[in-house]
Amino acid sequence: MILWLTIGLLIAAVLLCLYRVARGPSLPDRVVGLDLLSSVTVGFIAVYAVVSGEIIYIDVATVLALIAFLGTVAFAYFIEKGGMPWRKT
Amino acid sequence: MAQNLSALLILLGALFMFIAALGVARMPDLFTRMHSSTKSATLGVGLIMLGAALHFGEIGMTMRVVAIIVFVFLTAPVAAHMLGRAAYFAGVPLWEGTLSDALRGHYDRRTHRLLSDEKVDETSAGDLAV
Repeated sequence: MILWLTIGLLIAAVLLCLYRVARGPSLPDRVVGLDLLSSVTVGFIAVYAVVSGEIIYIDVATVLALIAFLGTVAFAYFIEKGGMPWRKT
Repeated sequence: MAQNLSALLILLGALFMFIAALGVARMPDLFTRMHSSTKSATLGVGLIMLGAALHFGEIGMTMRVVAIIVFVFLTAPVAAHMLGRAAYFAGVPLWEGTLSDALRGHYDRRTHRLLSDEKVDETSAGDLAV
């Protein structure tokens, strides 16, 4: 019962992140949304491991945490090196 | 007992993640959004992982969970700092209710160097309008 409430909360969090990704006025706003989305997904996979009783899913969460960090750092590097040329007047 | 504690930890972690997502959706500008998302999402991941480790109660699971928690606690602040710094250089506007910007005039926007003492002339340094 509590696990279903948890899954509901996480789905609501995913929807709010997707709202920010779709709405965000600038590229860094969307990257913040994507970063939080990957964190929520890591938590979601852990909850699913508990629901299904399979330990192996925790390895998936590990890999996703690694990849999410690399993605955010790559986006930050891209933005800092002039990744928004259409915004420079 | 351990099952109840594990369920409580997982629920608390999910609640923190929901609050983080709420802040990302509702906060007025980029930096307040990052302030909302990074800290509480990190805490949420840690709590959910602790709850999962408590639920399974095996040594292999616990080691993986500890590895994930250490990794997330190390990398989330680094990623947030890099993204915030890049966004500041890209000229993302602050909220109109912002009272003070302590970095204004201390970053050379062309070389991206932080100068603590002397002020940089903002107008000649190429203001990147958004």
